[in-house]
Amino acid sequence: MVQLSLSGVGVAYGKRRVLSGVDAEDLRGGEVVALIGANAAGKSSLFRRIAGLAAGDGTVTLGGTSRVAGRATPHCCYLPQDTAVNAVLTVYESILLALKQGGAWSVSDEELRRIDGVLRDLEIEDLAFRGLGELSGGQRQLVSIAQTLVREPDVLLLDEPTSALDLHRQFEVLSLVRRLARERGMLVLISIHDLNQALRFADRVMVLAHARLVAMGDPRAIVTPALLNEVYGVRARVETLAGGEPYVLVEGSSRQAA
Amino acid sequence: MSAAVAATARPALLAYRALTLRRRLILLAMFGLLLASFVVDLMLGPARYDAGQVLRTLMNPSEAPAALRVVIWDIRLPVALMAVVTGAALAIAGAQMQTILNNPLASPFTLGISAAASFGAALALVFGVALVPFAIDYIVPINAFIMAMGAAMLIHVLSQQRGVTTETVILLGIALVFTFNALLSLLQFFASEQALGAVVFWTMGSLTKANWHKLGITTAVLLFTLPFFLRRAWALTTLRLGDDKAASFGIDVRRLRLEIMLLVSLLAAVPVSFVGTIGFIGLVGPHIARMVIGEDQRFFLPASALAGAAILSASSVVSKSLIPGLIFPISIVTALIGVPFFFSLIMTSRKRSW
Repeated sequence: MVQLSLSGVGVAYGKRRVLSGVDAEDLRGGEVVALIGANAAGKSSLFRRIAGLAAGDGTVTLGGTSRVAGRATPHCCYLPQDTAVNAVLTVYESILLALKQGGAWSVSDEELRRIDGVLRDLEIEDLAFRGLGELSGGQRQLVSIAQTLVREPDVLLLDEPTSALDLHRQFEVLSLVRRLARERGMLVLISIHDLNQALRFADRVMVLAHARLVAMGDPRAIVTPALLNEVYGVRARVETLAGGEPYVLVEGSSRQAA
Repeated sequence: MSAAVAATARPALLAYRALTLRRRLILLAMFGLLLASFVVDLMLGPARYDAGQVLRTLMNPSEAPAALRVVIWDIRLPVALMAVVTGAALAIAGAQMQTILNNPLASPFTLGISAAASFGAALALVFGVALVPFAIDYIVPINAFIMAMGAAMLIHVLSQQRGVTTETVILLGIALVFTFNALLSLLQFFASEQALGAVVFWTMGSLTKANWHKLGITTAVLLFTLPFFLRRAWALTTLRLGDDKAASFGIDVRRLRLEIMLLVSLLAAVPVSFVGTIGFIGLVGPHIARMVIGEDQRFFLPASALAGAAILSASSVVSKSLIPGLIFPISIVTALIGVPFFFSLIMTSRKRSW
């Protein structure tokens, strides 16, 4: 089972420091960890650092080896935040691209079957031969998720994967991701703004604020009105649903107008 | 049941295989068109031959009449092949510029590479200034080549600066076009009447300057660069999904851009330095390819090459047949027949083409 540990991890772009001193020793395959925090708290930067796409101090160790900046590897797969694409490619081809890096010119039936499987898992078979430019924001997001799942990585880093999805799709995608994490022993780190979804699907949460990791652990223990006040500047209640899951109810802003 | 529903009812795997087969057939059809245009190009000239004569002379030169052999092999074949090779090279250069800069306006012409070449050539034609002192027979193409490579390198160095977006690169290219055009006008202002004529003719682009030697060099450059592009086909296709995604798939985006830009500079500069400014092919060849075959580089690259080659070859045919005995400068013809064709493709295409 894959193991990821972060030790004193930081990220800086030029002189601007966006993250520092993040320690998380025991991230293991099979669990879903939600990354929460206000806008520009450093969530994407942390993902990029783990994926090997950003440089910075500290060490990121994956399966016993240190990650080198500037090099993404197939077993750690990062889904960047959604951007519009104008390429004249079909959905099917774009998913194929995720599989073919460094691969042979020809495409095997085995590879195509893997794509078919992912399309089925995400229930987007009907999009297969649509052009990428014809998709809605939500459809685009599902295709991006397909591009990461088809690579069957050990570590999956999802940066706001559900921001454009309707409620039903959010539920489906997060359920699928959690099921795959359990079945394949995959570690999933997911940044998500909807706290209630995070609390429902994540085994643990990591809370980023002021360019630091301020809390980490069981969502039931960590997500408190005080924390929400500190991180987001909101007055909120945390209730417990019948199933035992915590539920956040925002009552208003706690930041007073000057 | 509609075609779309039928396509989704069967496994996507089979639909993808069918799509691939269709693309192979499209490439084959494009190759057929190019071949037809090439043969017609050999048939036309001051003396007209029929296809049988041309093909027999090509297959068995030793058995053909001497006059026919000389006309086909020594005069027409280098020119007709130069049209094919130049068209392919410019279209591939344009296709890869559009890919790595993620911009539909990128081409050797719009990035100032052709304008720089024109200025280099004009330096030689007007003042006899050789940027390399030896090889005096090739002073015009060598000057053109050096300026073209210089412009391409300048564009590349600027594009590597922090905070420079691909849109900025296009703007820089257009600024280069204006700069070199102004410098060219300045040279023309000081030029003798004879030199002025030579400069104007050079900037119009002409295949009649082709010979086996120039053809050999251009072909060698094309054959040298092609394997690099083909080897990077998957990565280049992925680049069109955006830098972030390409990087997350494990592609070293900066290195890929550098590698391709260097190759593309060479590919664009060499033919331009031999045949002069031919502006239209590098922009439109790839767009036509994209419309008929999509952007999977395994198909897009050969389709761009075939589209560019076919347009230039067809333009060569037209340039010879408009007024008997007169060969029009090729770039006038490419624009005049190419633009309406391109417009009609854009306006009738129901799919997005960029």
